[in-house]
Amino acid sequence: MDRFNEKQKKELLRIGISFVLFAVLMVLEHTHVIPENMHGSLIMLALYLVPYFIVGSDVVRKCLIGIKNRQLFDESFLMTIATIGAFGCGEFGEAVAVMLFYQVGEFFQGYAVGKSRGSIADLMSMAPDFANREAEDGSIEVIDPDDIEVGDILIIKPGEKIPTDGVVIEGNSLVNTSALTGESLPRPVAEGDQVISGCINGSTLLKIKAEKEFDDCTVSQILELVEEASSRKSVTENFITRFAHYYTPAVVIAAVILALIPPLVSGNFAAEFGKWVLRACTFLVISCPCALVISVPLAFFGGIGAASSNGVLVKGSNYLELLANLDTVVTDKTGTLTEGRFKVAMVEAAKGFDTKDVIRYAAAVESGSTHPIAAAISDACDDPIAQSKIKDIENAAGKGISAKIGRDKIAVGNRGFFEDQEIGLPAESPAVAGTNCYVAKNGKYIGTIVVADMPKKGAADAIRDMLKSGVKRIMMLTGDSTQVASSVAKELGITDFRAELLPQDKVSVVQDLLKGLLEEAGGDDKKRGRLAFIGDGINDAPVLAAADVGIAMGSLGSDAAIEAADVVIMDDDLGRIPSVMDIARRTLSISKQNIVFALFVKFSCLVLGALGIANMWIAVFADVGVAIICILNSMRMLKK
Amino acid sequence: MKKKFKLEDLDCANCAAKMEEAIKKIDGVNDASVSFMTQKMMIEADDAVFDQVVEEAVKCIAKVEPDCKVILK
Repeated sequence: MDRFNEKQKKELLRIGISFVLFAVLMVLEHTHVIPENMHGSLIMLALYLVPYFIVGSDVVRKCLIGIKNRQLFDESFLMTIATIGAFGCGEFGEAVAVMLFYQVGEFFQGYAVGKSRGSIADLMSMAPDFANREAEDGSIEVIDPDDIEVGDILIIKPGEKIPTDGVVIEGNSLVNTSALTGESLPRPVAEGDQVISGCINGSTLLKIKAEKEFDDCTVSQILELVEEASSRKSVTENFITRFAHYYTPAVVIAAVILALIPPLVSGNFAAEFGKWVLRACTFLVISCPCALVISVPLAFFGGIGAASSNGVLVKGSNYLELLANLDTVVTDKTGTLTEGRFKVAMVEAAKGFDTKDVIRYAAAVESGSTHPIAAAISDACDDPIAQSKIKDIENAAGKGISAKIGRDKIAVGNRGFFEDQEIGLPAESPAVAGTNCYVAKNGKYIGTIVVADMPKKGAADAIRDMLKSGVKRIMMLTGDSTQVASSVAKELGITDFRAELLPQDKVSVVQDLLKGLLEEAGGDDKKRGRLAFIGDGINDAPVLAAADVGIAMGSLGSDAAIEAADVVIMDDDLGRIPSVMDIARRTLSISKQNIVFALFVKFSCLVLGALGIANMWIAVFADVGVAIICILNSMRMLKK
Repeated sequence: MKKKFKLEDLDCANCAAKMEEAIKKIDGVNDASVSFMTQKMMIEADDAVFDQVVEEAVKCIAKVEPDCKVILK
């Protein structure tokens, strides 16, 4: 019974007692223990009112308060009127059964909603419950994360959550960032590294210095965003809220008409009235809009929850809706599609030389430089030459660098550098686009190293998956040269790119594309295709804002990006975009299924009820039963 | 000023929608939301009248769903 809370247990008890009493009454009546002439009498009414009030007293109470507050058309009001109507027509058993069934439905509905709320909370179970603060005398106290002050020294034991953003001052450990990024591989941290709240400390004790108060830390911000996401409503949600607004009054009016007109028309008002009142009561039961109202937001809530457990933060239901139907995706290059730092892409050696030697020599010469290209070459060398052998480093700024290694003179630089020294170079550039670094030994060319900003692993797959998911156009924007851009685009399978753009140009490209989409739709802003921009979130804020959906990449811990973007990919993985698009589409299809199902059942019951085929039992199913089925359907979003 | 409040025993989705509508109509409220799923209410209102607005909002909620309690921190 631990699955239910106190309130639910009480509810169950009331339902149980009422059900037993009701069953006894029904049996007594049907087995003729209670004489036939007593059926429908006031005594029977009184007897049936006992289980009715046991199970439905709160509904009746809410109805009365509702009347006092002029809140007509709420569920309690409608249920009470409907059951009173049934009592009035002498259908005591039916009245009690309907109330009982309704409460059973409400109970399950509450249980299912609570359950799905719980599973979403689990998905986002990144919020820390406590922190261990080390006082100046070395003693440790357990405090609430809210009480952390900037500069506090916090101890994180293995298996505990990091309570706030900070920097490691002692210890080496692996931290699990999966709650935030969906990335299952733990990240190694050491002294001096930044750590983010919500990550779980793996193997060894860490000591960190708090850099943010709990309210400003990453986890708090994320939880805040996810909670607020439901206030940015999707078109579907708005539609259903508006629909519910008119639906209930319309059905209630229909019920009144149904109770009055047919008996009047029949000419025998007194004889027909009771039958039609019962049918009208069926209408009242069906008119409750909760199944409709709950079905859509729940699906979106589940979708946002599912996305965040995949390491994608979606800041509103409306963005999820847009992601499902993207037409155009515009993406930044550096740092988004590519690593954002230089790497050796290719090494060519002249005849008689080994590529390994080319790299070794170049790395040795470049060891004195801090240029990003130098760093890339050093990274590529597994077998560096001892520093003691490197002498006389000469730097020709912007051109190249030379040094003596042992007795050999090695020079590394661009074409201009070698032309100055009149060293002959091969006329053709290597096949891979990038920055060419030529290497010479004792005045003779020995090889070329191509350094480039390499596309990210999985970027090509992500692009392909996006196209497969229905994106019609993918365009890459970059400030880089056309040559570099075209080589990256080719490698990733992007056919459309614009190069040599200034930051403000990117905004105007996006605006032009939006204009194009608007024209395509014949000027109808609601129907036009939607555009998403993917950037690294650092200097893209205006473009992120100009697009329909701004997606920021790899910005875990970057406040600015989380602020500017509508969708935040917590780690660097582009592959999350197709998967969140998939989540978005599933969310949309579940919410549509819910709407269609709920409306279909409700309208069928209205028609059948008017014809006298559907009784009040079926009507209760059309209300709470449908709601429960919609909830269960929405909860599929939370399964992986 | 923008502030969030926890709601207890908010049992019906349609009620949440009604509350939200009613709170948005209070004078001085710039934005408001009542989320059935998170059981939270957010009110964004002018600083000068904020406390009054919250009081009004609590009344609105009691009207729509008498059993629903606002946790005022």
